[in-house]
Amino acid sequence: MTPVYGLILAGGRSTRMHRDKATLTYGGKSQLDRAYELAGRHVEQVFVSVRAAQAHEPGRAAKPLIVDSVSGEGPICGIRSALAAYPGAAWLVLACDLPFLSDAPLAHLLISRDPGKLATAYLSAQDGLPEPLCAVWEPAAGAALEAYQAGGGTCPRQFLMRHAAKLLEPLDAHALDNVNTPEEYAQAQEAMQGARAAPPRPLKIHYYALMREQAGRSEETLETAAATPADLYAELDARYGFTLAREQLKVAVNSEFSDWTRALRAGDAVVFIPPVAGG
Amino acid sequence: MRFRFADRPIDTAAARSELLDPGAGACATFEGWVRNMNEGREVSRLEYEAFEALAAKEGDRILAEALMRFPVAHALCIHRIGNLAIGELAVWVGVSSVHRGEAFDACRYVIDEVKHRLPIWKKEHYRNGDSGWVNCEHCAAAPRHRHPTPA
Repeated sequence: MTPVYGLILAGGRSTRMHRDKATLTYGGKSQLDRAYELAGRHVEQVFVSVRAAQAHEPGRAAKPLIVDSVSGEGPICGIRSALAAYPGAAWLVLACDLPFLSDAPLAHLLISRDPGKLATAYLSAQDGLPEPLCAVWEPAAGAALEAYQAGGGTCPRQFLMRHAAKLLEPLDAHALDNVNTPEEYAQAQEAMQGARAAPPRPLKIHYYALMREQAGRSEETLETAAATPADLYAELDARYGFTLAREQLKVAVNSEFSDWTRALRAGDAVVFIPPVAGG
Repeated sequence: MRFRFADRPIDTAAARSELLDPGAGACATFEGWVRNMNEGREVSRLEYEAFEALAAKEGDRILAEALMRFPVAHALCIHRIGNLAIGELAVWVGVSSVHRGEAFDACRYVIDEVKHRLPIWKKEHYRNGDSGWVNCEHCAAAPRHRHPTPA
């Protein structure tokens, strides 16, 4: 399969924010750094998409950059420039202004990816339309995007609606909420302070069968800020490289089956349940 | 509790006696045995592992469902864990009822649900020295993104 690289879009003009969105911070870390590190946990290499004028800005210059090489405006230029720079690669494209995005939706996106389509993307939980800026763009999208721009198109969302894309139901209604105005920024910071009011706390994880062998232990107590079983699985998967995708598992909390989005509390005991074979 | 685990051979005579009921005219039992072949591979032994706290609760729920769905008197299920040799009894289900029809139906219901729902895993050890967790190794062959190797 084609390799997947990460592309963080940080070339926007941030006109509604009145300041550079990439430098907004949450918990003391810039949005750009957060998105860069998040993508880096899922793909082998991550680049930052910038306009030529931004290539020497501190905060951007230290990272591997893909400078816009095609003319025009908007995120399509960044995506096309990446596809042109590495024609054999697919791209996990992320806007840098998605403060609520976490590991679980990215892992799900990559597992669900269909390389036979031009892109794999989430549908918005708000309006049901495709979200082009948390999506995997395939190599074949390059020529189609060029043709779309040549025809006067500028909107990557409209592009996905008019072309063959695999579209996924969102896992979490707010994972892709973005932040465009100073008011939205203040709200997001407040929401994240609230989330951090629950700081890392101990969770107990018990492992059975294949999971036990791959984790190399039958139990552990972990200090983690993982909010839900889905987040916890993403965190442990990144550490142990489990062969089973989350979709193949069930989960139990405190010895009862649970859904993946339940809020975990200090001391909860979590078990990931691989496909069973009793009898 | 009507569902339980056993870490040594199941005493089927004792289990059967738990189903006795003066009003019962029928008893259906099912025994699941360890066989020497699976999907074309020669099996030398099996290893069962269970998440016992949840499996026991879910097993009791299955037996309670059987008593609700079918007019049966008693239902019982015992599942082995640990290492089992070829020919050993891995799971035993017994149901007693007034007539035979519902005894067969309820017995079938219990074993089918047990196989689908209980968090129990089976590792097959093959004659050629290989081994694998049943239902876990094949599906794991599906394409999967790679993570950076943990430090």
